[in-house]
Amino acid sequence: MSDAAQPFVAAPARRSSARGESLGVRIALIAVSLAFLLLFLALPLAAVFVEAGAKGWQAYRAAVTEPDAQAAIRLTLLVAAIAVPFNIVVGLAAAWAIAKFEFRGKNLLISLIDLPFSVSPVISGLVFVLLFGAQGYFGPWLQAHDIKIVFALPGLILATIFVTFPFVARELIPHMESLGTADEEAALTLGASPWRVFFRVTLPNVKWSLFYGVLLCNARAMGEFGAVAVVSGKIRGLTNTMPLHIEILYNEYMGAAAFAVASLLAGLALVTLALKTFLEWRFGDEIAASRQH
Amino acid sequence: MSVAVTIETIEKRFENFPALRGVSLDIQPGELVALLGPSGSGKTTLLRLIAGLEQADRGRVLFGDTDTHDLSLRERRIGFVFQHYALFKTMNVADNIAFGPRSRPHRERASESEIRKRVSELLELVQLQGLEKRYPSQLSGGQRQRVALARALAIEPRVLLLDEPFGALDARVRKDLRGWLRELHGRTGHTTVFVTHDQEEALELADRVAILNDGRIEQVGSADDVYDHPATPFVCEFLGEANKLPVKVVGSQAFFGDRPVLGGIQQNQGGAASLYVRPQHLRIVDETPLALPGTVEHLRRNGPLRRAEVAVEGLKKRLDVDLASQVAPAIGERVRLRITHGNLFAAA
Repeated sequence: MSDAAQPFVAAPARRSSARGESLGVRIALIAVSLAFLLLFLALPLAAVFVEAGAKGWQAYRAAVTEPDAQAAIRLTLLVAAIAVPFNIVVGLAAAWAIAKFEFRGKNLLISLIDLPFSVSPVISGLVFVLLFGAQGYFGPWLQAHDIKIVFALPGLILATIFVTFPFVARELIPHMESLGTADEEAALTLGASPWRVFFRVTLPNVKWSLFYGVLLCNARAMGEFGAVAVVSGKIRGLTNTMPLHIEILYNEYMGAAAFAVASLLAGLALVTLALKTFLEWRFGDEIAASRQH
Repeated sequence: MSVAVTIETIEKRFENFPALRGVSLDIQPGELVALLGPSGSGKTTLLRLIAGLEQADRGRVLFGDTDTHDLSLRERRIGFVFQHYALFKTMNVADNIAFGPRSRPHRERASESEIRKRVSELLELVQLQGLEKRYPSQLSGGQRQRVALARALAIEPRVLLLDEPFGALDARVRKDLRGWLRELHGRTGHTTVFVTHDQEEALELADRVAILNDGRIEQVGSADDVYDHPATPFVCEFLGEANKLPVKVVGSQAFFGDRPVLGGIQQNQGGAASLYVRPQHLRIVDETPLALPGTVEHLRRNGPLRRAEVAVEGLKKRLDVDLASQVAPAIGERVRLRITHGNLFAAA
């Protein structure tokens, strides 16, 4: 099959791919995508960092170390530290049940998992106020037992859990479904207990999908605004997460301080992206292999 | 250590589909049995029932004297080899094979060094020494299947079950592994049941073949038994090739139309019947009383033999006739065919 055996053919003047698109079309499509990304993603992100440093390094440090800001940062981290692991456990359980078993109500469960995506975050927060607020369904009972959910930490956590729940499950379900149950059956016939099968076979097979799901879940948990805003009551120093604190700063015309705190969240987004890219680069082969059957 | 497997009138339905309708089979210790049949015949369901991966609606499976209904998957001690290997992708070859032994409860577990020794022995047995650290994605199909086999053997199973073990491999590798499996079985002597839709494989490998169709066992016997003495029309048509002639039996002769084509019939049949004749049992002759006249319409190659397709008056389909090397009819030539052996079944 040497090229020397082929008859000589003049190279076509314009190279077109087997799919038939001309070079011009391809350039145009790429240009449009790049323009969109630059205008709506890169530029705003860059603006955050530029504005954050507008008043100089001292002002930046002051904005970030100010007590209310520190409380907001701590609260954001705490809410994420509780909401994300919870969603990992429940998301894993839901994905496992859906992917490996057949049962009545499975389709309903799948729809329910997608529910937080289709509901406006403000409504998500409002739901909790309606349920647990002073005038809510459980309001009197909660007041009688001196339990505060709305306008307190539990409310923030609940709202965040609701809004970020689908990420882990949605990442896992298609992957687990494509893998099927053969590996698990093999492990069971080899004498492994069901827990061993889960931790040694099922989980390792989906570790990369799980990791991506966790990254997305965490990013959203830290950045959630709408649902948390409704539930938190915005009590400074107590129930303000970082996004809420940023809004307050901005509304009080402290733009540079607002951007300074915002740059922390933007930094988180960049770190998440960098981590994902690095892992794909480093473990690309393993990831591709784990998706094969 | 190998055990007899007794299957007693197993019935299994999937929703409305009856996969198995009262199947019984006795497998001797150390025997290599093939479950052969077309897709949907229930052979994989039967295998999975023996394994314990499915539960029967009725009937039972016994290992020796024990009803497997009372046994957990681990207690059954079966080795299962899947069609697509089901190797654990995140573990290397050695860890895959060691998985079974390492899954035993602490008290029963062998020491790490013993387990590693066993892994080495098994790798030698399947001729994959030196590949301990490789991952499944770095192995060829044939190698993966051998690792899957080693993994199943690691738990010292009482019964070895293989689900179309060579189905996902190409023809050359399949043939090689077939012979290799036969040799392995000779050496290790496990009671083995394997599922296949490839008749050549079943007839070559198995001590006995069980032919399944539509959830029932049509016949069980050695390769010679089922091939030369098929018990039902299905078996006759499924194994090898067979020409079908509608005949009428009068006395000791079978008549096609008003021509006697086969004599010496002993069974007390009489009446309408189907006569199945394999291509190799039709011979072109010059003139004999029991001959069928026909016209050669097509000549082709069928592997090592040449084959003639002969049209016979009154038959819709042409007869396939294997030709001996010296015989070379021309297309359009009128020939006479003699049946040297046939299988007769009363018309349904």
